[in-house]
Amino acid sequence: MKDFVIPDRRDMGTPEVRGGPPVTLSIDGFSVTVPEGTSILRAAAEAGIPIPKLCATDSLAAFGSCRLCLVEVEGRAGTPASCTTPVAPGMVVRTQTERLKRLRRGVMELYISDHPLDCLTCAANGDCELQDMAGAVGLREVRFEAGANHFARRTAEGPNPRWRPRDDSNPYFVYDPSKCIVCSRCVRACEEVQGTFALTIAGRGWDSRVSPGMDETFFGSECVSCGACVQACPTATLIETSVIAIGTPDRVVKTTCAYCGVGCSFDAELRGDELVRMVPSKEGKANRGHSCVKGRFAWGYATHRERILKPMIRARITDPWREVSWDEAIAHTARRFREIQAAHGAGAIGGITSSRCTNEETYLVQKLIRGVFGNNNVDTCARVCHSPTGYGLKQTFGTSAGTQDFDSVEQADVVVIIGANPTDGHPVFAARLKKRLRGGARLIVIDPRRIDLVRTPHVQAAHHLALRPGTNVAVLTAMAHVIVTEGLFDEGFIRTRCDTAAFDDYAEFVADPRHAPEATEALTGVPAADLRAAARLYATGGNGAIYYGLGVTEHSQGSTTVMAIANLAMLTGNIGRPGVGVNPLRGQNNVQGACDMGSFPHELPGYRHISDDAARAVYESLWGVPISPEPGLRIPNMLDAAAAGSFRGIYIQGEDILQSDPDTAHVAAGLRAMDCVVVHDLFLNETASYAHVFLPGSTFLEKDGTFTNAERRINRVRRVMAPRNGLADWEVTLRLAQAMGADWSYAHPSEIMAEIAATTPSFAGVSYELLDRLGSVQWPCTAAAPAGTPVMHIDGFVRGKGRFIRTEYVPTDERTGPRFPLLLTTGRILTQYNVGAQTRRTENRRWHDEDVLEIHPHDAETRGIHDGDWVRLASRKGAISLRARLTDRVAPGVVYTTFHHPGTAANIVTTDYSDWATNCPEYKVTAVQVSPSNGPTESQRDLAGQAAAARRILPAAE
Amino acid sequence: MSPDRIIRMANQIATFFETASPAEAAEDVARHINDFWEPRMRAQLLALPPASAAALRPAVRAALPLLRPPARPAPAA
Ligand code: SF4
Ligand code: SF4
Ligand code: SF4
Ligand code: FES
Repeated sequence: MKDFVIPDRRDMGTPEVRGGPPVTLSIDGFSVTVPEGTSILRAAAEAGIPIPKLCATDSLAAFGSCRLCLVEVEGRAGTPASCTTPVAPGMVVRTQTERLKRLRRGVMELYISDHPLDCLTCAANGDCELQDMAGAVGLREVRFEAGANHFARRTAEGPNPRWRPRDDSNPYFVYDPSKCIVCSRCVRACEEVQGTFALTIAGRGWDSRVSPGMDETFFGSECVSCGACVQACPTATLIETSVIAIGTPDRVVKTTCAYCGVGCSFDAELRGDELVRMVPSKEGKANRGHSCVKGRFAWGYATHRERILKPMIRARITDPWREVSWDEAIAHTARRFREIQAAHGAGAIGGITSSRCTNEETYLVQKLIRGVFGNNNVDTCARVCHSPTGYGLKQTFGTSAGTQDFDSVEQADVVVIIGANPTDGHPVFAARLKKRLRGGARLIVIDPRRIDLVRTPHVQAAHHLALRPGTNVAVLTAMAHVIVTEGLFDEGFIRTRCDTAAFDDYAEFVADPRHAPEATEALTGVPAADLRAAARLYATGGNGAIYYGLGVTEHSQGSTTVMAIANLAMLTGNIGRPGVGVNPLRGQNNVQGACDMGSFPHELPGYRHISDDAARAVYESLWGVPISPEPGLRIPNMLDAAAAGSFRGIYIQGEDILQSDPDTAHVAAGLRAMDCVVVHDLFLNETASYAHVFLPGSTFLEKDGTFTNAERRINRVRRVMAPRNGLADWEVTLRLAQAMGADWSYAHPSEIMAEIAATTPSFAGVSYELLDRLGSVQWPCTAAAPAGTPVMHIDGFVRGKGRFIRTEYVPTDERTGPRFPLLLTTGRILTQYNVGAQTRRTENRRWHDEDVLEIHPHDAETRGIHDGDWVRLASRKGAISLRARLTDRVAPGVVYTTFHHPGTAANIVTTDYSDWATNCPEYKVTAVQVSPSNGPTESQRDLAGQAAAARRILPAAE
Repeated sequence: MSPDRIIRMANQIATFFETASPAEAAEDVARHINDFWEPRMRAQLLALPPASAAALRPAVRAALPLLRPPARPAPAA
């Protein structure tokens, strides 16, 4: 079962020091060589000599408060703390002498005298460093009388004034002050690792204790429930509720978070096949031992009672569902699809791959469509998020890949965040970014809304360009104007690395005075002086790194904006080394992988155009079928074709297009017009209301495979428990293909990966064996780069010379006017994920139980709206109601909401406008009006009523 | 698919290429549509009645002769 090496999980005491010159010293007579700057504690641990310790841990800077890690150093007086003492050449250290033993026992005796002795029933029993240290130092008696203490509820004189009750306000962990040893590891974790600064040590000396905020509860404080403090706590003071409920875990499976594009590595800790807790892996290269509330805690949906575990079919979408066997469901689906093709042509069916499923599963779905359906009608939800990234970066750099790894941010000097909200959308990346910002890097935020990063503890953006939604291209082109006209561009880089004719054309274009920040100020709302200063900072501040999100892509000019970003990076030479680059922050866990695996209707795996005869030939000879050279339909085109009658059947794996795609009425009309809609998912999602076949899906905990994160890192997903629905998703696709006549056979996802590697040049070196050995690898992984490629375009662009492209600002067709004077833009929040299907089914709902509309107090006042009121949000497309939140995070004229809850149905109001190149919908700009209201609108009620009716399931026949 | 939508999508593409590279706009528009549009959509664009076709931007009109005609007639709508 253990088909991979579990890396060393020992705590080395203090963080690794990289790059220092080697220093050799002697510890207990052994010679040890470590980089300069390493602590004695860590050097000893590396030599296999663990020194007792409590306040030190290798995820945090040494603090030196517990005095347990004392050592003797020849020629020095006293007993220095080994965690805070760096090594020196020739040092002779002793870790175990009579004096040290006595001192350590004394320290432990003091700790234990103020600690309850209920170890047998303590949740951390067997997993407690205090317990371990008591054993390690040979503590045999506690001579102090139990006097003043923090753990007894009552003393002989009455209630103990020092005792504090347990705080179980957070659903995922508890804080029991009676067990706290005030080592401050939690406080430091919250500061150093997470950067939230929610905890402090209040009081001094004997009175000091850990306190969230100003004596608040954890839930009521600034705490974002990332769990870093829980992980750092050496005792049961901060501990997961799941460990309290179940007991300590006894085995570990390495896997990858299935939520966002950061792709954190996790140790799934189990007892039997019951998941006890998820602990972020220290050696995980994307997350380096950190995680957010979703990955660490929000996995309860896997066993939620609403999960559907049996296949179901029905003749009409108005019928109740009927549970059937897998065989019947598969045979029925295959028959219906073939009937539709016989009557309406091969192109009358298609499918949608999922950014939540594995690479292997996605590859199989596109193979099903291209090889078995016989057309290219395959698309993916990346259509609605990062398709412009694919197009824009391919045009300029030659590949749609993000250029860096996450580690790169540690070397950035100026970070530009455009249309992204990392603290909510990509929390672990945000934590790493904040750490770098606290270390001195400067920050430019380009976003209509004042995202948290603009000002958060110990971080203050140098510039926040609060542009009007829809004017990204104008702002970025104006930045290029400043860089070109003020001569701040990197001429050497451009002359050697870029197509100079294209540069000359581009320079002439941007130098035109109409692109000057003064000329565009009225349009974009960004003060010219600010814009100039930001452009100068990016061009001259050292390593400049751009990170961007859906606020860039989800516009009618999404692809143009991506090109404008690429232009800026080339202009300033910020490409091809650590610390710089152009980095799309991809939304869902496997958006990158879904794109890599050929989910787009015009592209085979590895981004090879479908008209490329040589690429098609590879698959034609392997699969033994001809592949159509014509691009297929995209999601919106499929829906249009459905309404027109030429597209009649669809297989949707792991996506909820009714909730996630814009213009709900258009999506519903398209789905309603189809003869056979097959939804393959965990829950009866909104799209399933229009389905004729429901195939239950499996969670990431139940299957093997790989996810590829936003830095192109291929991470292994490992099966933690058996699929509750009986079949992993890849097995379902496999069976469907077989039922439609294909002779596929795969016994394990590793065989699918072998096929991917054999057919896709950039994956040529990838295998499960390699991933087990290296942990993860960033593609391209080839003979030339056998361990993968952390930074792209080092010696040259993938397309040869980098290509500058003119980026003319074209206003969107969606205009404000007297009837719809405000601009609506949308986003997401930390605790929820996408359409919320998983997170809403966990305790995470306690942080965000409804979508609210953020509106500036001025706009609210003129409309008679108060904080918390129900308001009606209307666009040219439709109207919804939700509650208002008054805030100056949004500028006057702009309103903002999230789309995590189906009851809100925010996409009733979004339009069907889309990116010119890729049809990525324009979620980020809708002209709206806001007015007082008293409850849900008719369309919201219709949708809710329809969904309730469509979810009826017939009781199984006895 | 509604003709309006087809026209809007084609015009949006033209808007980008007209500004990026005026001389080659028609070729660029044609290449983009050939690369990304499913045959049914190309067929519809090519078959627009003259009244609707008048709403196409010049770069789209210039691109029409360069479009790859769909191999088979689109299935009946
Ligand atoms: S859970 Fe995270 S944010 Fe909350 S107190 Fe602990 S470290 Fe800080
Ligand atoms: S809660 Fe845990 S980590 Fe924090 S000070 Fe107390 S014992 Fe240390
Ligand atoms: S949701 Fe993202 S940041 Fe949070 S644990 Fe998962 S991969 Fe990491
Ligand atoms: S571990 Fe060194 S002082 Fe606490």
